[in-house]
Amino acid sequence: MNRTLKFLIPLVLFFIAVGFLFKGLYLDPHEVPSPLVGKPAPTFQAPVLSDASKTFNSADMKGQVWLLNVWASWCGACREEHPVLMAMAKSGQIATYGLDYKDTDQEAQAVLDANGNPYKTIATDVNGKIGIDYGVYGVPETYIIDKTGVIRYKQIGPITEEVLINKIVPMLKELQR
Amino acid sequence: MIPEIGQFSLILAFCFAIVQGTLPLVGVWKNNAALSNLAVPAARTQFAFVAIAFICLDYSFYANDFSVLYVASNSNSHLPLAYRLAALWGGHEGSMILWVSILALWTMAVTLFAKSLPETFRIRLISVMGMVSIGFLAFIIFTSNPFERLIPAALDGRDLNPLLQDPGMVFHPPVLYMGYVGFSVAFAFAIAALLDGRLDITWARWTRPWTTVAWVFLTLGIAFGSKWAYYELGWGGWWFWDAVENASFMPWLVGTALIHSLAVTEKRDAFKVWTVLLSICAFSLSLLGTFLVRSGVLTSVHAFATDPRRGVFILMYLVVVIGGALILFAWRAPKVGLGEKFDVVSRESMLLTNNVVLVAAAGSVLLGTMYPLLMDALGAGKISVGPPYFDAVFVAIMAPGLFLMGLGPLAKWRKASLPEIGMRLRVAAVISLVSALLVPLLMGKLTLMTAVGVFLGIWVASTTLILLVNRIKTRKIATPDLVENLKGIPLAFYGMLLAHFGIGVFILGVTLVKGYESEQDLRMDKNDVAKIGNLEFRFDGTQEIAGPNYMSSQGTFTVTSNGKPVTVLQPEKRFYPVQGSVMTEADIGPGVIKDLYVSLGEPLENGAWSVRIYIKPFVQWIWAGAILMALGGILALTDKRYRILNKKAAKEAQDALEVFEA
Repeated sequence: MNRTLKFLIPLVLFFIAVGFLFKGLYLDPHEVPSPLVGKPAPTFQAPVLSDASKTFNSADMKGQVWLLNVWASWCGACREEHPVLMAMAKSGQIATYGLDYKDTDQEAQAVLDANGNPYKTIATDVNGKIGIDYGVYGVPETYIIDKTGVIRYKQIGPITEEVLINKIVPMLKELQR
Repeated sequence: MIPEIGQFSLILAFCFAIVQGTLPLVGVWKNNAALSNLAVPAARTQFAFVAIAFICLDYSFYANDFSVLYVASNSNSHLPLAYRLAALWGGHEGSMILWVSILALWTMAVTLFAKSLPETFRIRLISVMGMVSIGFLAFIIFTSNPFERLIPAALDGRDLNPLLQDPGMVFHPPVLYMGYVGFSVAFAFAIAALLDGRLDITWARWTRPWTTVAWVFLTLGIAFGSKWAYYELGWGGWWFWDAVENASFMPWLVGTALIHSLAVTEKRDAFKVWTVLLSICAFSLSLLGTFLVRSGVLTSVHAFATDPRRGVFILMYLVVVIGGALILFAWRAPKVGLGEKFDVVSRESMLLTNNVVLVAAAGSVLLGTMYPLLMDALGAGKISVGPPYFDAVFVAIMAPGLFLMGLGPLAKWRKASLPEIGMRLRVAAVISLVSALLVPLLMGKLTLMTAVGVFLGIWVASTTLILLVNRIKTRKIATPDLVENLKGIPLAFYGMLLAHFGIGVFILGVTLVKGYESEQDLRMDKNDVAKIGNLEFRFDGTQEIAGPNYMSSQGTFTVTSNGKPVTVLQPEKRFYPVQGSVMTEADIGPGVIKDLYVSLGEPLENGAWSVRIYIKPFVQWIWAGAILMALGGILALTDKRYRILNKKAAKEAQDALEVFEA
């Protein structure tokens, strides 16, 4: 390679990084069409958080509309989302189930002890296998699954109040009819 | 009136920064002494005005002046005085004031202590630091004015975030900023050298002590932060791979590479281009960290600014400073030329490997930190990769580097022999292998990760000791007296030993706490006893106490070992009424072998509580290791070769320079 060009590499790399940073400034959490929306939710069985003697079986959920929230104690955005989940749990409009992704029971439980637990039951996914079935990019992600076990909606990133009011609540009303 | 004085001082400081950052450079270029002589007085005046602004803002906190918006948002009349003063850096605007004050402090130090430098070089150096300052002062004045008035004034303030109401808040941010803003000096040295076209042994010798001071501060700052998280966040972790932590850790990794690379440049006149690039990178990462934290592009528990205008401003600033530096680099660096040749097996090559490992590690942290942003920019949604990524990738990259750490210092410059190094280190290898099996077995469980961790920790520590023995042996020819021999070894060498030994201690701490910590979540009624190992924790109930600005339920736990008293722990659950937030204050019984960590969860019926008890073996070794590293840096600084004020050294440098120029 030309000797002088070699010295330009750091500069080029830097400007690529700047491009991403600039774009990053104007981004908002937004939805991405998921190939799984409209397809049956993968069924799974997993131990329940802090109570490994029990097993959560997603097949048992047939006949009700439910929400699967993928989260982890190490995830900063989940902490941001947490109050919204708490509010949802309080309203009692829908059963929220958690999937604790690549996490340890102790750390997850510590977060719940400190901030409160919005979930009906939490299944654990220690090695991320269930996450792969569901096409989890990262946490948090949330799925709405209907009475027949079909995924109707996927939220990537934290659920904000806006998403809750404009997307999730209307969809639940429709599905629960 | 006071806030207006502060605001006016900031504007004056900005004007003087412009003078400092431009005219002297023109002066050196045009050979105009009147202009170039402005550098020092302009820098000192800028420092004075920044200091006045800082004092005015802190005075407003002291005086509870809630007609200042920033004070009203971050303080409260019931807040204890120490926290009121520290609340200055509790929010975005004040953090920026702290940043720019520390930059001015470093510049002031350069004008006072860098007297041995050739005049033109010194002027360029100070002027480049002025340029860095211009951008930050403009940023504060135009987008983040901390002196903005609130009319009518608030009756009382909204209080400092309770998470920040901790002694750690008083020390951690200034020390941390001293570290990463301190890399601006190494950066300015690199830019001045590129402008000057002089990049040689003397340049490296001038840069080294400044870089080491910044590195020592950064090491301590990160360690403080980690310790703070350990006892304040309430779930016993000590490092979270949070974007804000990464922002300080990346400059540390590159700064560590820089310290080693500078040593090669000074001793062997090699790695010159690489050293300059590292100097630019270390400070660039500090700036990038500031951008990531301050612009709010990343979702983080720490970020408190989400105003795109600020983000755009910092980004433009980044483009000018880093982009400008890299353009200069691409233009001038090709002329620097390569250093002396060296063999594949030599100290140079091992230090180069060390550099590559550290930079790769910093790169992996950068990737992990930016990845969520990257995916978002590409339209894949907001996500976070978290510790599973960092633990796997970072450890895998660092492990071979840590192994080489044992070999490197024993290798000879230019050409070394692997069998010879192997012979010298066979004792260390045996000790490390035996402990890798023995220690985990003693702790009760042998896993691959703990075995590897213990091996590396003992390996690094024991090879460091062998290095000392080896050094004494090679001197023994001169005198058989051990004390004389130990005295004869330069302090910088001891500094290196101590810092490397600290790494060993750190690795052992991390490995053992990760492998053998135990924890229990319990429901405890009054007088319940929890038994963990040979320890009994008796819950004596809680009592309500009132703090200066909070109410607290304080639990009392009496810890005994087979009936003998060990300690009493009093964790608290605090309620801060101003912000309506609840804080968990764990109580920790620290120890060399293990920490006992108790925190209160939720109150249950009839005075019972959910309680969390951890046993954290060797966790203190993590911070002890970091402190040893910093002490090593301080020892290296006291070595007479680098004493900044040493007149003889200054004279020698000047002589060397004259020889070079002749």
